Amino acid sequence: MLEIRHLHVSIEGNEILKGIDLTVRKGEVHAIMGPNGSGKSTLARVLAGHPSYQVTQGEVRYQDKDLLTLAPEVRAREGVFQAFQYPVEIPGVSNAYFLKAALNEQRAFRGQEELDAVDFLETLKQKMKLVEMDSSFANRPVNEGFSGGEKKRNEILQMLVLEPKLAILDETDSGLDIDALKVVASGVNRLRSPDRAILIVTHYQRLLNYITPDFVHVLVDGRIVLSGDKQLAFQLEEKGYEWVRESAAS
Amino acid sequence: MVTMNPEILDKKTKETGKYVPLFEAFEKTEGKRGAAWIRKLRQNAFAHFCHSGFPTQREEDWRYTSVGPIERTPFHLASETLPHITVQAVERLRPCTLNWNRLVFVNGFFCREFSHVSDAFEDLNIGSVREAIVSKSNQLASYLAQYVRYDQNGFTALNTAFIQDGAFVYVPEGKVLERPLELVFISTSRETVSGTVLAQPRNLIVVGPSSRATIVESYVSIDQETYCNNVVTEIILEESASLEYLRLQKESGRAYHVSTTKVNQAKDSVFSSTCVDLGGILVRNDLHVDLQEEGAKCFLNGLYLTSNEQHVDNHTLINHPRPKGTSQQLYKGILDGRSTAVFSGKIFVHQDAQKTDAHQTNKNLLLSEEATADTKPQLEIYADDVKCTHGAAVGQLDKDSLFYLKSRGIGENEARNILSYAFANEVAQRIKIPSIRAQLNDLLTERYGHRSAGEGVHHGSA
Amino acid sequence: MNEAKALIGGEYKYGFVTDVDSDTIPRGLNEDVIRLISKKKKEPKFMLDWRLKAYHRWLKMSEPEWQNVVHPPIDYQDMIYYSAPKSITDAPKNLDEVDQEILKTYEKLGIPLVEQKRLAGVAVDAIFDSVSVATTFKDTLKKVGVIFCSFSEAVRNHPDLIIKYLGTVVPYGDNFFAALNSAVFSDGSFCYIPRGVRCPLELSTYFRINSAETGQFERTLIIAEEGSYVSYLEGCTAPIRDKNQLHAAVVELIAMKDSEIKYSTVQNWYAGDSHGKGGIYNFVTKRGKCIGDRSKISWTQVETGSAITWKYPSVILQGDDTIGEFYSVALTNHYQQADTGTKMIHMGKNARSTIISKGISAGHGRNTYRGLVKVQPNAQGAKNYTQCDSLLIGDRSSANTFPYIEVKNKTASVEHEASTSKISEDQLFYCQQRGISEENAVSMIVNGFCKEVFKNLPMEFAVEAAKLLGVSLEGSVG
Repeated sequence: MLEIRHLHVSIEGNEILKGIDLTVRKGEVHAIMGPNGSGKSTLARVLAGHPSYQVTQGEVRYQDKDLLTLAPEVRAREGVFQAFQYPVEIPGVSNAYFLKAALNEQRAFRGQEELDAVDFLETLKQKMKLVEMDSSFANRPVNEGFSGGEKKRNEILQMLVLEPKLAILDETDSGLDIDALKVVASGVNRLRSPDRAILIVTHYQRLLNYITPDFVHVLVDGRIVLSGDKQLAFQLEEKGYEWVRESAAS
Repeated sequence: MVTMNPEILDKKTKETGKYVPLFEAFEKTEGKRGAAWIRKLRQNAFAHFCHSGFPTQREEDWRYTSVGPIERTPFHLASETLPHITVQAVERLRPCTLNWNRLVFVNGFFCREFSHVSDAFEDLNIGSVREAIVSKSNQLASYLAQYVRYDQNGFTALNTAFIQDGAFVYVPEGKVLERPLELVFISTSRETVSGTVLAQPRNLIVVGPSSRATIVESYVSIDQETYCNNVVTEIILEESASLEYLRLQKESGRAYHVSTTKVNQAKDSVFSSTCVDLGGILVRNDLHVDLQEEGAKCFLNGLYLTSNEQHVDNHTLINHPRPKGTSQQLYKGILDGRSTAVFSGKIFVHQDAQKTDAHQTNKNLLLSEEATADTKPQLEIYADDVKCTHGAAVGQLDKDSLFYLKSRGIGENEARNILSYAFANEVAQRIKIPSIRAQLNDLLTERYGHRSAGEGVHHGSA
Repeated sequence: MNEAKALIGGEYKYGFVTDVDSDTIPRGLNEDVIRLISKKKKEPKFMLDWRLKAYHRWLKMSEPEWQNVVHPPIDYQDMIYYSAPKSITDAPKNLDEVDQEILKTYEKLGIPLVEQKRLAGVAVDAIFDSVSVATTFKDTLKKVGVIFCSFSEAVRNHPDLIIKYLGTVVPYGDNFFAALNSAVFSDGSFCYIPRGVRCPLELSTYFRINSAETGQFERTLIIAEEGSYVSYLEGCTAPIRDKNQLHAAVVELIAMKDSEIKYSTVQNWYAGDSHGKGGIYNFVTKRGKCIGDRSKISWTQVETGSAITWKYPSVILQGDDTIGEFYSVALTNHYQQADTGTKMIHMGKNARSTIISKGISAGHGRNTYRGLVKVQPNAQGAKNYTQCDSLLIGDRSSANTFPYIEVKNKTASVEHEASTSKISEDQLFYCQQRGISEENAVSMIVNGFCKEVFKNLPMEFAVEAAKLLGVSLEGSVG
C-alpha cells in the first residue's frame, strides 16, 4: 500500500529526514517511535503533503501512485488521512459543515453520490457517540475553544467519518488523560481492517498498550535505526532512547 | 529645491511674516558660520516656511491640534547669552543624580560648564551641533536634514531655517556605551529682553554598526513660564545597532513643546523608546520610524499624564518598506482636569514588506468630566503575509477590578489610585534604566498617592 | 453578452440587459433637467423647490478627495439623470400593467413579483432604473397601517410625512453626493410603520440598473413610530457594461421611542471585469437617527459588488438607552475598491454601539475601513465595541483601517480592536488534508471569517450572501 524509498526531506535548508525506507502493507499497523526532534512528525506531514517541507531525494509510492506529486486534497481523496498533532481552529465554520464538505468532496472524487444533510447528520451522530463527544460539538466552529483532548477526539471523529485507507496518527496520544486515550484507541481499533493500514507516530509506548502494532520502528536523527515487533516498544519504554542510540552506534 | 526668491517671500502670511526680520538678523550673524550647504539649507527651509506657514486643522495630521497660540505669539529667538543659572539648579532639574555623561543645553544652546563628558568617551563624537557645523561639516552634511525633511510641516521648516545648536552624538562601529548618555534641555524666558523665547534644538544621533547606546533626553524648565521649544531630532541606526531611547518631557505648565523625531533603521537594528509627557500646555510629538532594511525592530512606548488645560498630541508613524520588520507600540494616557489628549498612530506596510509583524495599542483613562481623548490608530497594509493588529480604548477604571479591591477592604479613592497607578506603570515598567524607572515610579506614586490623602476632587464615587 | 461573460469567467450572473422601451431624457444636468424630472413625476411644488435648493448647493460643492479610492474624473454632464420604462411612466395601477419583460427580469433575478410566485413573508418594492415598477403585498400591509410604497407615490399621497421628515437625517447639503441625489433623485422606497406595529412582513427593495449611461439616484426614507419594528432588505444588481455608471443613493432612517429598524443590504452591483473595466461607482449616504429613548437601528451590509464603494451607514444615538449596530462584510477582488465603515454618534445617555467589520481583499482589491465613534459631553455611560478584521488574499491586495475615536465623557467606554492577516496556511492545509479543494477551502474559511456578520442577516439573505462571497472570490486563488 505504502512504499517509502530513500526519502530525504528538508525544511528551510535543514535536512530532517535522511533516507527513510519503509513498507506498509494492507491490514498492517506500524508504529514509528523516536525521541523529540528525530523527524517522526516530519514524516507524517510529508506524507500528507504539508507545503513547508521539501523532498530532496527519494520517492513514495501509494497504491501504485507517485504520492509526492499529488496535491494534499488529492491524497486525502485517495484515502490518506492525517490526525494532526496540533489541529487548527477554523472560526465561523461549524464542525458538521466542515466534515460534510470534506466527505462530499471525497465522495464526488470517487464518483459516489453526495450525502444529503439528513443522512450525514445520522452518520455523524453515530460516530460522535463512538468517540464520546457531545452532539453540541457538531455545531461549534471547528476546534475553536476545544480543549486539547477534545481536539484529538475530533480528529478521530473525522477519521471515522471519512474512513481513510491509510490513517497517519501524529502524536495523537500526547496530552491525553487515560480516559481520552482509551476513546482514541478504540476509535482507531474500530477502523482497523484487512484493507486498511495505520501508521502511528508516537513518543511513548502507552498508546500501544491499547493499539497493538504489527511493527515498531525507531527513528533517530532522520533515520530508522531499529525495527521490530511490539516487544521493541516495551524495550524502549524500559531502557529509553539512549539505549537505541548506543546499540545503533555499536 | 525651493530657493528663496522674492516671489515666495511675497506670499508670506501675516504669521510667518513676523519671522522675516528674525531670519534676516540671524543670517547676518549666526548664519555666517558654517559651510555653504548649511546656509543654503537654512534659506530653502525658511523659504518653505514662509510659503507653507504653520499647519492648520484642515490638514488631516493636525485635525485635533490647533497651533494657533504658537502662531500668534511674538517669539523672541533664544540667544546664547545665557540667563544666570547655577550648577545646583541644573543638578536639581536632571532626572537622575548619577554622574552620567551629559550634555546640557539652555534654550537650545550647549553649555559646557554644566556638561560632563568623561575621557573614556574621547573616541566618540559627542558634542554640540554648533561646533560640528564648523569643525565636522562634512560628517554633519551626510546626515543633517537628510531624514527629517524641512518640508514636512511648518515646524520642521522653521527649525531647519534656524539650525544653530543641539546635541550631536556619533557612536562609531562596534562601541558599547555601558552607561546612559544624558541630554538635558533647560528652557527659560527669564532675563530675556522681549518676553517669550523660542528655542529650537536640532539633534543628531548616529549609532554605528553593531554599536549599543542608551540616551536619556529630558526637557525641563526653571520657572513656570511661557516659551516654546521646537525640537527636531534625527536618529540613525546602522546595521545591527541598538539604541535605548528615553524622552522625558517636563516642560513648564505654560510652555509650548513641538517635537519631530525621525528614526532611520538599517538591517537588524533595534530601537526601543519610551516617551513620557508630563508638562507643557500645548504639546505635539511626532515620532516617525523607518524600518528601512530587513529585520529591523522597534518598540515604542509612551505615557502621557495630563491635567488642567493641557493638550498633548502624540503622532507615531511606522514605515515598513522591507520584509521581516517588527514594530510594537504601547501608548497610554491618564487624562484629568480639562485636558485633551490625542493619539494618532499609523502602521504603513509596503508591498515588499512580507512577514511584517506590527502591533499597536493605545489606551486612555479619563478621570474628569471635562477631559477629552481623541484617538486614531491606523493600519495601511499593502503586503499579504503579515500580522498586524491595533487596539484602542478610552474609558474608566475597570469596575470589576475596583470592586475586587474594595471587597478586600480598600477604600474607593485608594482603590482608584492603585488602579490608575497600575495602568500607568505598565509603560513605566518597560524602561530599562533602573534609576529612571524608579524616578518615574516615585512620580506616579506621588500623583496618585497624593490624591487619596488630599481632595480627590474628580473622584466622586461612581 | 457572451463575450462579456467570457471575460469575467461567468462570475456575474446578473449582467444581462432587459430590452424595454424607455423614456429617457437627454444627458447632462441643469435646472431645466431638474424641473423636467419633477414634472415627469408630477411632484408638488415643495419637492421641486427642495430639489433646486439642493442643486444650487451642489454647484458650490466639490467631490470629496479624502477617501482612499482612485478613479478617473466623473463627468456629471455626460450622464443621463432619468430613465424609465415607457410602459410604466404613468405608474402602473397593478401588476397586469407592468411590462412582461420587466416581470421576467425580476424573476430571473430571483425576485418574482407576480402573486402566485411571490416570496412568502417578504414585501418587495422593485425599482427599475429611475422608477418603482411594482410593490407587492401592499394590501396586507395596509391592513396594519404600514405604508410601503415608492418614494414618488409617497410624495403625492403623503406629502405631510415627506415634508416633516425628508432631509432631517441627511440634509440636502450634507455632502457632495447627497446634494446631487437630493437634486435629481428619481425614486426609491418609503416606509412608515405606525405606532406599536410590528411589521408582519420583511420589507424589501430590489434595485436594478438597466439603461446604459444612466445614473441611479434613489432615495429611501423609513420612519418607525413609537414601539414599532421593521426589518428592511435591499438588493442591487446591474448589467455588465464597459463604462462606469454612477449610483448615488441616500437612505434616511428615523426611529422613535422604543422602535427598532433593521436594515440589511446585499450589494451586488456589477463590479467591473477582472481588469477593472466598467462597474458601478456606488457612492451612498446612509444614516439613521435614534430619536426616541430605547430605540434601535441596526445596519447589516454585505458589499461584494461595485467597482468602487463609498458608504458609511451611520447612527446618531440621540435618545437615551439607544442602540446602534453596524455589521459589515466588504469584499474587493480584481480591481475593486471599497472605502466603507460607519459613524456612531453618542448623544443620549447609556447609548450602546457595536461595530463589526470584516474586510476581504483579493487580487488588486483595495479595502478600507473608515469609522468614527464620537461620544459627546452629555452622553453619560456611552459604550462602544468595535472590531475590524481584514483578510488579505494575494500580495497585490491592500487593507487599511482608519478608525477615529473622539471621547468627551469620562463615563464612556470605547474599545477598538483590529487585525490584518492572510488566510493561515495551516488552516488551508488542514482543509485540504480532509480532501477539500483549495478554492473551496478559501471560500469556507472566508465564510467562517464573516460568520458574525452573516448571522445578523435574515435567513434567505444569509444563504445568498454566503454564495455570493464564494462566487466573488473566484479566480482569487492559485
